[in-house]
Amino acid sequence: MVLEAGYLWPFDLLILPMVLILAVASLVVRDLVSAAIIFGAYSFLMCLLWTEMMAVDVAFTEAAVGAGISTVLFLGTALYIDRRSKD
Amino acid sequence: MKRITLLLILVLGAVLLKGVEDLPDWGDPLSPAARHVSDYYITHTMSDTAVPNIVTSVLADYRGYDTMFETVVIFCAGITVLTLLRRTHRQRKKVLPPRSDRAGADIVLQAASRLLIPMMQIFALYVVAHGHHSPGGGFQGGVIMGASFILLALSHDVKTLLALLHERTVLLLSGVGVLIYAGIGFFCMFLGGNFLDYSALAGVLGVSPVMARSHGMLGVEIGVAFTVTAIMVSLYLDLATGGELDEGL
Repeated sequence: MVLEAGYLWPFDLLILPMVLILAVASLVVRDLVSAAIIFGAYSFLMCLLWTEMMAVDVAFTEAAVGAGISTVLFLGTALYIDRRSKD
Repeated sequence: MKRITLLLILVLGAVLLKGVEDLPDWGDPLSPAARHVSDYYITHTMSDTAVPNIVTSVLADYRGYDTMFETVVIFCAGITVLTLLRRTHRQRKKVLPPRSDRAGADIVLQAASRLLIPMMQIFALYVVAHGHHSPGGGFQGGVIMGASFILLALSHDVKTLLALLHERTVLLLSGVGVLIYAGIGFFCMFLGGNFLDYSALAGVLGVSPVMARSHGMLGVEIGVAFTVTAIMVSLYLDLATGGELDEGL
């Protein structure tokens, strides 16, 4: 398969704005549980981007660690402490 | 204060974007990073180590020393969380507000997780063992294995997990992983090679030095998987129960 820069640019056009929106949303949202889930979605989209750039090993790690375990750890912590963010 | 922060972020973001202009294009074969050692790895990996996945051979063989300390970093992170959060029965003071009682266990979740967990564990073993030929390796496999145990704690409760996998076992496994990795390194030295030079294992394993490097990589990947699995479970136990290991999420 021939590797070309910008090979999947419509894909980029779809994913990149969503990555930006989710990144900002996870910071702005007050509810920590929502923030954790939005951050998981962000990680999943980043995983798609890594795959598109053919860094499959990194994508695999991002899917397992970023979208999987981190979300669970954030959720567990957020449910234990006060759910509402103070700032 | 918020306005100043926002302004600062915008200015720094603009500086960063300006800096990105100078970076080489994505996939540029003439970029500085691609001209130094990448050529060697791409042309020599197969003849040096008999491993088709270049990423794995760079991580576990050429840069094995680096990966060993990455494993130690994960180990230290787990131990730090444990030290900060874990509270024994004697020093229980209830700094945090008590949690509401756990609602009844859900039979659908339990049945589904019983189907899913064995699949996840077999897949995790496959990812560790097949990391030489396909994406994956000790880190990813370990995380998936750890996630399967966390799923058990989520769908049943923390006590079910602890009955199968005692906290002491978890901590022992996390140390065993680092020990396997460093042990293989020292064993190579003992056999007359350099630290983590797996080709020295050829005589013991009864294979050619090239294949010995492939097998040595599998050995250290297994060590990484042990540590990562154990630390992921340990992190979940401490974070989700506030360090008391009684009632989890």
